[in-house]
Amino acid sequence: MRDMELIEGHRAITPPEGMPVWDVDPFDTDILRDPEAYYGELRARGPVVYIPRWSVLACGQYETTRTVFSDHENFVSSRGVGLNDFHLGEPWRPPSIILEVDPPEHTRTRRVMSRALSPKVVKTLVAMFAETAERLVEELVAQHRIEAVEDLAERFPISVFPPAVGMRDVDQRILVDYGACVFNAMGPDNALRRAALARNAQIAPWIMAACARERLTEDGIGAMIYADADTGEIAADEASLLVRSLLSAGVDTTVTGIGNALHCFAANPGEWDRLRADPSLVRPAIEEVLRYTSPVHTFGRTAGRDSQIAGFPVVEGTKILCVLGAANLDPGKWGEDAGCFRIDRRPMGHMAFGAGIHGCVGQNIARAEMEAVLTALARKVARIEFDGAAPWRPNNAIHALDKLPLKLIPA
Amino acid sequence: MPRLTFVEHDGTETTLEAATGDSVMETAVAGGLDGIVAECGGSMMCATCHCYVDDAWIERTGTRSESEDDMLESAVCEVRPTSRLSCQIVLTPELDGLVVHLPEAQV
Ligand code: HEM
Ligand code: FES
Repeated sequence: MRDMELIEGHRAITPPEGMPVWDVDPFDTDILRDPEAYYGELRARGPVVYIPRWSVLACGQYETTRTVFSDHENFVSSRGVGLNDFHLGEPWRPPSIILEVDPPEHTRTRRVMSRALSPKVVKTLVAMFAETAERLVEELVAQHRIEAVEDLAERFPISVFPPAVGMRDVDQRILVDYGACVFNAMGPDNALRRAALARNAQIAPWIMAACARERLTEDGIGAMIYADADTGEIAADEASLLVRSLLSAGVDTTVTGIGNALHCFAANPGEWDRLRADPSLVRPAIEEVLRYTSPVHTFGRTAGRDSQIAGFPVVEGTKILCVLGAANLDPGKWGEDAGCFRIDRRPMGHMAFGAGIHGCVGQNIARAEMEAVLTALARKVARIEFDGAAPWRPNNAIHALDKLPLKLIPA
Repeated sequence: MPRLTFVEHDGTETTLEAATGDSVMETAVAGGLDGIVAECGGSMMCATCHCYVDDAWIERTGTRSESEDDMLESAVCEVRPTSRLSCQIVLTPELDGLVVHLPEAQV
């Protein structure tokens, strides 16, 4: 291992013969703010390209992205889904025991989490979500002008998710920032990642303390996970790490999903009218928001053994960026109007929640949160209008708004 | 190319050509069958791809994993000994001619 050249904590590779080479930094803040042109060029250059800047491969065409992202036998998660290879260096935090492991370890922890976040469990939360959304939207409509990231996209999940988990400690800023830190940490050693690691050092102790069993009620999702520690299905320290996964993956993601949905409807008032005219479109509308905006824009994999992608040889240890945002806008999959936001598209097979064995275990809760918010808004708000600039907030893995000033025109 | 027959709740039968390595769910979705919703796209998170394997085939489709059993508890229709999540049945040449029945509802 000594003579191996490392870049960003993973093995530097020689590009396979004939593979397109693209001198781009996918984590450049301008690209992270406005990635569509980058997505398009990535797809146009081929099914897989070599990016010398970080010595990684990247794929953005739908078929290849899906294949690589869901092929857990060749392309593993246990070496980190960011740029660092956990086999070659100390991970920046104790790795996730669900996101960053492979079968058979994954099968065991995944089972515990998927039981705790199953459709059956989420059904018991739907009424609480709906009531909270009604109340919040009513208050915001009366306010008329809002900053929708903080006032709605953050506030709603913070009002419902910690209670669903059974958390006694709630701090909006810390909970939202924690997810953003974890996602920024998946990128290269850039300013975003450095700031995230610094912020994480401040808030990680709060987070770990909040995951302890005695800080959780006895009737929430957290308690369900700890109950599986009592039966021996997982160890007690594993239960606290799984609760930590809920907090890292379950807050900033839904915040982003809700913010992005509001942006879509402010930018496409015709689609808002359509949803209001036919509220049964809310579920397909959510899928279209997720496809169109890809809240998680990029996650990686590591070649666990020599294999191949789209006919090119890939050596063990290669990092591959799977650009979900590019796959979700691929005209080759979605048709010529892939770049249009159309709530009746029903984009079956979109990659916003990933695919395969690691496919988002929180997706039922994420959909339920988005449904509660959009349903309440559709009832009470005739039009959602921009009320100033809505800049995006660069993050190495998340495509989220920084600010979203809106006017809510009452119905 | 295995062939696969879906029998909907109202008795309608549809036979589709499937690709080896695809799941029963993927075959149904590609064929435009409404009786399989498959909201999670095969990550075993939704239980909206529920099907009943025909008695004649139950020996050959294999058995449910523990996680599949867990997720079936979220299915809206009755779970029977022949219940499967169709995203978890991967087609092999031996499954050519497979018959599955669809429940009355998925959501
Ligand atoms: C709109 C909101 C969300 C989006 C876009 C999203 C996206 C994703 C994606 C793309 C993955 C796949 C990661 C991979 O394959 O490497 C994933 C996995 C995961 N998500 Fe979500 N997620 C969302 C909400 C949630 C929520 C609400 C929770 C918790 C309640 C959650 C918990 C998780 C966990 C624990 C994993 C790891 C699963 C595994 O590795 O088996 N997510 N998510
Ligand atoms: S498609 Fe969701 S469980 Fe099978």
